[in-house]
Amino acid sequence: MNDAFDIRGSELHIEVHKFRAGAIILATAFALVLQAFLPIYFSKAAILDLPLLIVIYFGLSRRNPSTGLLLGMVIGILQDSLSGPTVPLGLYGIGKTVIGYLASSIGARLDTEHPAARFALTIAFFAVHQGVIALTRRLLLSQPEPWFTMHLGIAALVNAVVAVLLFMLLDRLRKPS
Amino acid sequence: MLLQVLLLAVQIKRDSQGRLIRVWTVGAVSPFERAGAHGISHIRDTWKHYFALQNAWRDNEELKRENGALKLQITQLQSKAGEADRLAVLLKFRQTNVDVPMVSARVIGGSADSTSQTIYLDRGERDGIRRNMGVITPDGVVGKVIESYKDTAQVLLLTDKDSGVGAMLVDSRVQKPVGGTGEPLLVMKYISNEDNSVNPGDRIVTSGMDRIFPRDLPVGTIADIKAGSTFKQIRVRPAANLERLEEVFVLLTMKPLEMKKDSPEPNSATPPAGGPSAAAASPASHEKP
Repeated sequence: MNDAFDIRGSELHIEVHKFRAGAIILATAFALVLQAFLPIYFSKAAILDLPLLIVIYFGLSRRNPSTGLLLGMVIGILQDSLSGPTVPLGLYGIGKTVIGYLASSIGARLDTEHPAARFALTIAFFAVHQGVIALTRRLLLSQPEPWFTMHLGIAALVNAVVAVLLFMLLDRLRKPS
Repeated sequence: MLLQVLLLAVQIKRDSQGRLIRVWTVGAVSPFERAGAHGISHIRDTWKHYFALQNAWRDNEELKRENGALKLQITQLQSKAGEADRLAVLLKFRQTNVDVPMVSARVIGGSADSTSQTIYLDRGERDGIRRNMGVITPDGVVGKVIESYKDTAQVLLLTDKDSGVGAMLVDSRVQKPVGGTGEPLLVMKYISNEDNSVNPGDRIVTSGMDRIFPRDLPVGTIADIKAGSTFKQIRVRPAANLERLEEVFVLLTMKPLEMKKDSPEPNSATPPAGGPSAAAASPASHEKP
């Protein structure tokens, strides 16, 4: 009886990971700085979207939709403010708010600790993010933005690979349960 | 004792000197001696080699550390030498154009998104940088300032799809705009399909008509030409290395300028060896009256 209760209890249990003080702020700042800094020295690094990976990771780990939404919004707006003139404030903000919400909602329902799951989820989130950006550009800004290109496909794969490695590093910032 | 005395007596009596006994004794003892000696030698060798190996390991570690430090030093020196070379080029350019108000700046960041081609400089309003000021390197045009903050400025690179510059072909003096596409190569617009005066390898310079850049600054070289529906599709390789920018100059005036040049365009595919091209790019034609 007790075993059955425990099993049922563990199925319903949602583990919310907590992080060391300042981990989210530091990781966000680091990702934004790297995102702006790396492409100067390695032009190919522009394919990465580190702020998106940070939103996905903390969304999946915190598993709180309102926190994910807020984090996505803040990171997105910060990224907007560091971007060029074709990116008005709010473009990435919208995209990353959606991703923050989705990631934290999905994180509460799926096992997101396995590298394969993380890989697949990052590709899916990257595609959704690009879809939201393209939709926003087309509908609100009247800017021609492709839904999908080969470059975006490669970018999704590269970001997913980097995400698997980055998430392992970020796991170390968790507070031991 | 008695036996020994007897033995001595036998030896004195005979010349054999007790050989058999010696043989037996030696035969009996020598295996132990050998084993002992071998053992001791082995132990001694092991002991010696252990320490020797330990020393070798220590030496190896030390050499590795030293090697690493030297490699780092070489990298730092190469980096410094590269920086010194770049700064020397910048200084020479600055000295050549001493009358032109400009300020040097270091590139400190890029765009946080992959769709726009922008960079951040470590100088801003405090240094007199304002919006729409031109940004160049000794190699050629880089872009223009689109935002100026207190100590930072954002520059739209020539390769951005919203970017453009008033340009002119060095040979034919035909003036047409050159713009970015978001890719490493630029495009020259509005050259009709019937115009046969444009060829791959032709050099393009600023026309000065945009009132941002002075005339005759290198913009790039025509990489390839394809026929389009009405106009030719002309792709231009930028003169400045826009993918690896570290130091640039910001032109601190919006007024038209004339720049002096003491050397031909470094990245140009066709060196000015006489003809109208050379005449257009010669120092004499750029000096102030």
